This record gives sequence, structure tokens and C-alpha cells, in this order.
Amino acid sequence: MIQHLPILQVIIPLLAAPICFILKEARLVRWFVLIANVMAFVVSIMLLQQVNLHGTLVYSLGGWEAPIGIEYRVDELNAYLMILVTSISTITIMAAGSSLTKEMAESKQTYFYIAYLLCLTGLLGILATGDAFNVFVFLEISSLASYTMIAMGNDRRSLWASYQYLIMGTIGATFILIGIGLMYMMTGTLNMNDLAERLPEVEQTKTVFTAFAFFLVGVCLKLALFPLHLWLPNAYAYAPSIATVFLAATSTKVAIYVLLRFIFSVFGFEFSFTHMPLTEILVSLGLVGVIAASVVAIYQTNIKRLFAYSSVSQIGYMILGIGIGTKTGLTATMLHLFNHALMKSAIFLALAGLVYRVGSVNIKAFAGLGKQMPWTMAAIVVGGLSLIGMPLTVGFISKWYLILALLESNWWPVAVLVLIGSLLAIAYIWRLVEVAYFKPALQNNQSYKEAPLAILIPAWIFVIANIYFGIDTSFTVGLSERTAELLFGVAK
Amino acid sequence: MWMPEMPAFAPFFIGALIALFTQGKVRQAILLITPVLSGLHLLTVPVGTMLSFDFMGFQLEVFEVDKLSLLFGYIFHIAAFICMLFALHVKDTLQQISGLLYAGSAVGAVFAGDLITLFVFWELLAVTSVFLIWATRTERSYLAGLRYLIIQVLSGVVLLVGIIFYAHEHNTIDFAKIGLSDTASWLIFIAFGVKCAFPMLHNWVTDAYPEATPTGTVFLSAFTTKVAVYALARAYPGTELLVYIGVTMACFPIFFAVIENDLRRVLSYSMINQIGFMVVGIGIGTTLAINGAVSHAFNDILFKGLLFMSMGAVLHMTGKIDGSRLGGLYKSMPKTAILCMVGAASISAFPLFSGFVSKSMVMTAAINNGYGWAWLLLLFSAAGVFHHAGIKIPYFAFFAHDSGIRTTEPPKNMLLAMTISAVLCIAIGVYPQALYSLLPYDTGYNPYDATHVLTQTQLLFFSALAFVWLNLKKMYPPELPSVNLDIDWLYRRLFPAILTPFFNTFWAVDRAIRKSFMRGLNGMLGMISRHEPDGILSRTQLSGSMVIWVSILLAVFLILSFW
Repeated sequence: MIQHLPILQVIIPLLAAPICFILKEARLVRWFVLIANVMAFVVSIMLLQQVNLHGTLVYSLGGWEAPIGIEYRVDELNAYLMILVTSISTITIMAAGSSLTKEMAESKQTYFYIAYLLCLTGLLGILATGDAFNVFVFLEISSLASYTMIAMGNDRRSLWASYQYLIMGTIGATFILIGIGLMYMMTGTLNMNDLAERLPEVEQTKTVFTAFAFFLVGVCLKLALFPLHLWLPNAYAYAPSIATVFLAATSTKVAIYVLLRFIFSVFGFEFSFTHMPLTEILVSLGLVGVIAASVVAIYQTNIKRLFAYSSVSQIGYMILGIGIGTKTGLTATMLHLFNHALMKSAIFLALAGLVYRVGSVNIKAFAGLGKQMPWTMAAIVVGGLSLIGMPLTVGFISKWYLILALLESNWWPVAVLVLIGSLLAIAYIWRLVEVAYFKPALQNNQSYKEAPLAILIPAWIFVIANIYFGIDTSFTVGLSERTAELLFGVAK
Repeated sequence: MWMPEMPAFAPFFIGALIALFTQGKVRQAILLITPVLSGLHLLTVPVGTMLSFDFMGFQLEVFEVDKLSLLFGYIFHIAAFICMLFALHVKDTLQQISGLLYAGSAVGAVFAGDLITLFVFWELLAVTSVFLIWATRTERSYLAGLRYLIIQVLSGVVLLVGIIFYAHEHNTIDFAKIGLSDTASWLIFIAFGVKCAFPMLHNWVTDAYPEATPTGTVFLSAFTTKVAVYALARAYPGTELLVYIGVTMACFPIFFAVIENDLRRVLSYSMINQIGFMVVGIGIGTTLAINGAVSHAFNDILFKGLLFMSMGAVLHMTGKIDGSRLGGLYKSMPKTAILCMVGAASISAFPLFSGFVSKSMVMTAAINNGYGWAWLLLLFSAAGVFHHAGIKIPYFAFFAHDSGIRTTEPPKNMLLAMTISAVLCIAIGVYPQALYSLLPYDTGYNPYDATHVLTQTQLLFFSALAFVWLNLKKMYPPELPSVNLDIDWLYRRLFPAILTPFFNTFWAVDRAIRKSFMRGLNGMLGMISRHEPDGILSRTQLSGSMVIWVSILLAVFLILSFW
């Protein structure tokens, strides 16, 4: 049992998905999906324990050894992210019941849950696998599932957003495939470990350069790096609320994992940062992303869209951390990966509660909600403070490390720009606070009640996590530092 | 209450929480009892680090006690009690709760043993106090409060940046002497300076304080700037630059106070002027000077509070605060008038009043340490204080020509609060040793020697004489509250004549620069924000343009890597 954990992690949601078809009844499915999620979560915790005990776990699928068969490799980095993905997925699914009931017909819900499970499968598969082509396969599984989820939003624009995401996602996936194909051509292997061994022999060829470029651009499209983010705002804004929570918190994070895995473990630090113009590209795009997306966020009237843009800017911070190319920078990225997932889960779940009661996420609808839905609004405000980087929230911790990393490398101007990004975050959060707390309620919505507990409690779990991990940083900082060391260690 | 580890700010925050869920008399009782209990708790706390824990590899000392912070802790408790008593009749939850939280934040800030804790309370001070300004609930006060908040939060942000640099360079966040050396220390210095109302950074004081509620201003006058004085005294004692800054602060507000009509704004200017004395003391940095600075802060909270309270009472009863629209109130508010004059006498440093025993310390320190010019300028500004705060305030509010306003004495709680302040002012003036024993250093200083008393009395009496004479000669119409007694009439004419055009051009240039900057910024923002608010599909990009970006990026990357 124990040695099968890596595959269990992926197979549980994968098998759970078709069973949902058999169960059919939405209420049954809801509980079943929750159980599957909890199981996946437990498996991920056990995996981390195993990794802590035995070091990297290697699992050969079907007993076929690595060069021929597919291999799953779980080290501290994937185990850490698996916990993140499964825990967020589990808590989100708790809120799914009431939120979905409000947002889609009962008959469609089962399909949503199936897509949700498949998306989870894809994300966990990407994390678990040690095979480059497998990454592509799971990436497609998760992407196709997310297109489906987004298309199920009750706004007609969701179809359009989903279609656009489909086009862009497919281009991204194709680029990744081209990159992998070129690597395969040069080395004759798809196993990441083998790739890492064989690539150095041929790394000074234009083919490998091209492979790297295609792969990088493809992944950056997936993780919505500015200016390849254009699909993201609409996709997040018009998807069902639960899908938004899940995708915003996990899917871009996993894409960042793919980026890290390939530039550090497969291509190696030496190649990625010295032969390739990675620092210049990542730092400049990351910075522009931070500033530009924050500015755009200030002008948004659709609040889900506002936070979607804020996601783009937060991704900029993570990319910036990678671009610095030092251990502290990578630690900052890993921290922000985790912390941003917490912030956005809290905010988008609270927004789900708001949609449940108010039915709109237009800023005008927020007038007076501070009094009518104090707990829901408080969740958004705390999440927002965390986005800004207030001390005692997780946002502060990751900003602190990012600034520390920048100062270590003596990049003062960049540090200043990062702080300006924080100021811009104050601007877009404040707009919301002002409307919610200082504007009188509109005439026709005097009587909104608090969001249902089924949504409020999961949201507040995330809010409390936001504060808890902002004060007790031993778990997150420790793991982030170790994973950063791990990535650098592999490089050497 | 019973354990020394409990941080001094905790009772205030707990009290505020309890007060939030109570009403009426119970809440009033809680508001009054909180500072008393907390003060009793503070009396039992010994010197040393009481509460600390680890935070990201740094030692957070949330509650650190020494003589300097204790002095400020005591006066903040006294001030909190007096303010609460003065505001007892107010039935506004917003003001009551934020007042308590504000006082608690100030107490927390002075007992912060490390910079991170200081920063947290620094920001809390700003956030909690702004509600006292907004509580006036007018458009004007909303805007003033917003400006106040922006400046205060900005000061916090600068402080945070400074702290990050500081921690990075010195590998410690201990809040001790910093001294001006590297970038980090300058950033922290500027952050302190904003809160301390350094010249050119002072506008928020005179902008926001007069807009707060009659009771809110009393709160505001007690805490924010004094926390900054405390922070300076701890981090930058003996920084010579502070002497120059302090002297400027002591002198320049006098001219503005002269031409100002809103009496609470006059007091705000006079507040900057008094802080100037403290800053000079910190800048000189000898034990006597530091003693003088902090004891003057102690006294200033009392007498400036008293003056703000008396003006608050006038505003509360008449609804007017402009010097030109008041006058003759002594007939209907005799007690308030007398209490106001006690405050005026204290701020003017009459012997036997509290201002005398602390101001003279700074002056002595200045002349002892070779700052003769500073002494002279301080003397000049002391005379200026006597004019604008000592005479102008009581004269135009309570005497001058009769404005015909007939009212009554303010509510009992207001009178009582003012009386307590007045008694303390006189008590400290008569028996300064009580205050001196609390000071951080023991210097054996005695304010009541012949030279001091004579100099000060002469200064005051000749000023008063001049005022009386000018008034009898009808040289100054009482509607124009601008009498500057100590400066020759030439200066009176000359200064505005020079300053007005100078400032006019200065502001014009400033406006032009800001305007062009804003235009550039708006243009840039417009360019970046392609997605304008309507948020309709037509505004979002087409898939084609997204693909173009993908190919551009790929091309750039390939070109760069083949290079």
C-alpha cells in the first residue's frame, strides 16, 4: 500500500470521476466527491511523511523500469504542492454544494463534479510524474477539464471565455509538446532524470535552445505570465464561483511548478540562467506584470475580474522570485505560491458566498454590504490585506522574502517597484472597502443576509490560515527553504 | 492587570472590545475605568523586557519597559483618562471605540522594544485616529481625514522600508539608538519626522486637527506627535540636525498662527512650535536636554490638551471657533475662561506653571552646550507662544469685543476634565520634583533660580505690556486676530510681504509640476489600462491579439538565446 502512494494520489480522483456517472444524483455525488478529495488529501499527507522518512520516492508504473516505462518521482517539492492542491480542493468542495445549487441546474452539477475531479487528476498527475510526455498528457487532462468547468458558468460570456481559453491553452500545450519533442529528438528519452543527464552533452545546439524557448513560452502561457495572461481575466470572471476558487488557487501554481521543474531539474540552473536569457525575460515581464496588472485591476468594476487581474500581478511576483536566480528568490517564490493560494481561495470563496446572496459581483452591488454581510466582507478584506502585504498576514511573509532576495542581489530599483506594486494593491482593495463600508446600501437590496455557513466556514478556514501562516511561519518557510535548496541541489 | 507580562496596550484593546458590546452607562464606566486600571497595572510593572517572542528569526519585544517609555506610558494613561472624561457625554460609538483603540496604540508604540512592533502600532495609530476626524461627518472632514490617513500611512510605509533595510544591514530589529548614518537610518528618520511634524512635513497637523470633532482633537493632540517625539528621543538623541529642525519648528508656526483665525488651527500651529522645543532638546542630546524634551512632552500633553479642551468646550457650546466671531464669552462661561487661562499661562511658561519647569530645561541645555543662537531663537519663539497661545486664544475667545453670544458652561464632565488638567499644570509648576523624579536621567536641575524666573517674568510682562499698550492705542482692530507683540513692526510688515509672494510662486511652481506629473501619470495609466471599466466583451482582446503576443514573446526569446 505504502509503496503505491504516488500512483494512488493520481488514481483516486481519476477513478472517482467515472463513478460519479453511475451515482448520477447530485447530492450523492457531492458527498462522494468530498470523500474522494479527503482521501486524496490524506494520501498527500502520507506522501510527505514518506518523503521525509525515505527521501525521494520512485514508482515505476506497471513494474516497467524507467527508460521504457513511465516513472513517478515524488520529492519534497511535489509533496508540498500536492498537499496544497488537495487541501484547497477539499475545502473548496465543501462549499461547492450550496454555491453550485444556486448557479447551475441540478442536472448539470454531476458533470461539473466530474470535470472538477478530472482537473484535480490532471494537476496531481503533473505534480507526481517524472516523465516529460506524461506532463503534457496530464496538462491536457486538467486543461480540458477546466475548459468544461468554465463553460458551465451561468453567464453566457463564460462560453466565450472558455473557448478563448481553449484556443490559448491549446497553443500553449502545443508549444510545450514541440519543446518536449525537440528534446526527445536530441536525447532519445522522455524521462526527466535521463533528460537531465543527457541534455548537457547536446546543450550547445540550436535545437535545444529552441526546445527551451518553446517550452518556456508554452508554460508561461499556461501560468498567465504578462502579456500572455489575456485569457485569464474572463475565464476567472465568468466561470462558476467554485471553479474560479479552484483554478485561481491551484492551476497556475501547478504551471509554475512545471516551470521550476524544467528549468531547475531538467535543463539545470547552469544552462537556464547562464546560457539562456532567463533572468532578463522573467524579471522584466514579472515586473511589468506586477505593475500593469495592478493598474488594470484598479479600473475593474467586475470584482471577480478585479481579483483575476490581481492574480496576474501576483504571478508576476512569483516569476520575479524565480528570475532573481538565487536561493532566497526561489524561497520567496515557493512561499508566495503557497500564500497566494491561501489568499485567493479566501477571497474567491467569500465572493462565491456573495454571488449566492447578491447574485452580482459588480462593484455597485457592494454598496452597504459591509453592514449586511459583515463576515463575508471581512473575509474579503482580510484576504485583501494579505494581498497588500500587511504584517501578520501571509502576504507580508512572502513580500518580505522577495524584498530580502532583491536586496541580497542589490536590485534596489526592483525592490522599490515591488513596493509600488503593493501600493497599487492598496488602491484596488481600498476601492472595494470604500464601497462596501462607506456607501449606503442601494434602495432595493436592504436585506441581504450573511452568506450560508456552508460557504462561509470554508472561506474562514482560509482566512484563518492566512493569519495563522502569517504568524507561525515555521511550516511554510521551512518547506520553502528546503525545496529551494532541493532545486538548487539538483542543479549542481 | 496582575501579571507584568501583560502588555500595557492590552487593557485598552480589551476595554474597547467590551465597550463595543455594551451601551449607555456601562460603556461610559468602561471607558473611564480602562485607563485607570491599565495605569494601576503599569505602576506595578518593573523595568525590563516583559514579553517577547521569535518572529522570522528576529526577536520581537512587544513589551519592553524602561524609564523613558514609562514616563510616556504614564502621561498617555493620564491623557487617555482626561480625554475619556472630557468626551464622556458623546454618544457616538465610533468615537468612543476608536478613541480607546487610539490611546492603546500610542501606549503600545512607546512600549515597543523592536522596530516591527513599533511599525505595527505606528500604522494602528493612523488607522484608529482617522475616525476621530471622520466622526465630524462632513465632506470637509472626510477629505481632511483622507489626506491625514494617506500621509500617516505613507509615513508607516517609509518606516517599513527603512526597517527592512535596517534589519538587512544590521541584522537586528532592536529599537535602540540608530543615529543618522546609512539609507536605512535616514528613511526611519523621515518616517519619524512626518509624524513629528517636521517643517514641510507638518501640513497634516494643521490640516486635520481642526477638522476633528470637539472632543476628537483633544485625543489627537495628545498622542500621535508625542509618540514621534518619543521615537526620536530613543533613536536619534544628539543628532545635531535636529537642533536646526527643532528651532525652525519652534519659529515658523508663529507667523502662521498670527494670521490664522480658526482658534483650533492656531493651537495646532502652537503645537508644532512646542514640539520644536522638544526636538531641539533631543538634538542637543545631553542628559539635561533629553530630560527637558521629554518632560516638556509630558507637560505639553497636559496644557495643550487643556487648551484644546477649552476650545472644544467653546465649539461645543457655541458651534463657532473663529476668533473673529467669538468674544465676550467670559460672561457666560467664566469657569471655562479661567481654566483656559491656566492652560495659556502654562504654555507661556509663567513661573509656577508647568510649562516653565520643562521649557527652561531645554533653554538651559541649549545655552550650556554652545547653541547660543538656538537659545536666542527659542526665546523669541517663547515670546511668540505667549502672544498667540497665551494671549490670543483666551483674549479672542473670552474677552475682546462682545460678540453677543450667550451660552452656558459646558457639561460637568468637560469642566471636570479641564479642572484635572489645570490642577496638574499648576501642581507640576509648583512642585516640579514630582515630575523630575520620573525623568530618565537624574540631573538635580532646579528651575526656580533668580536668573530664570527674572528672565521669564520680564519677557512675559513686557510682552503683556506691549499687548495692552497696542490695544489701548487701537492699533489692532479686534476682528483681525493678528498681533505679533515681540517682533518689531517692521518684521510684521516685512515678513508677510516677503513670504506671501515667495509662497505664491512656490505653490504655483509646485502646482505646475504636480499637474504635469499627474497628466503624464494619467496618460501612462490610460495607455496601460486597455481594459476600461465597462468590462464588456467588446473591450477584451481578441484571441488573435493574444496569439500575436505569444509569437512576439517566442521570437524575442529565440533571438535573445541565439545571440
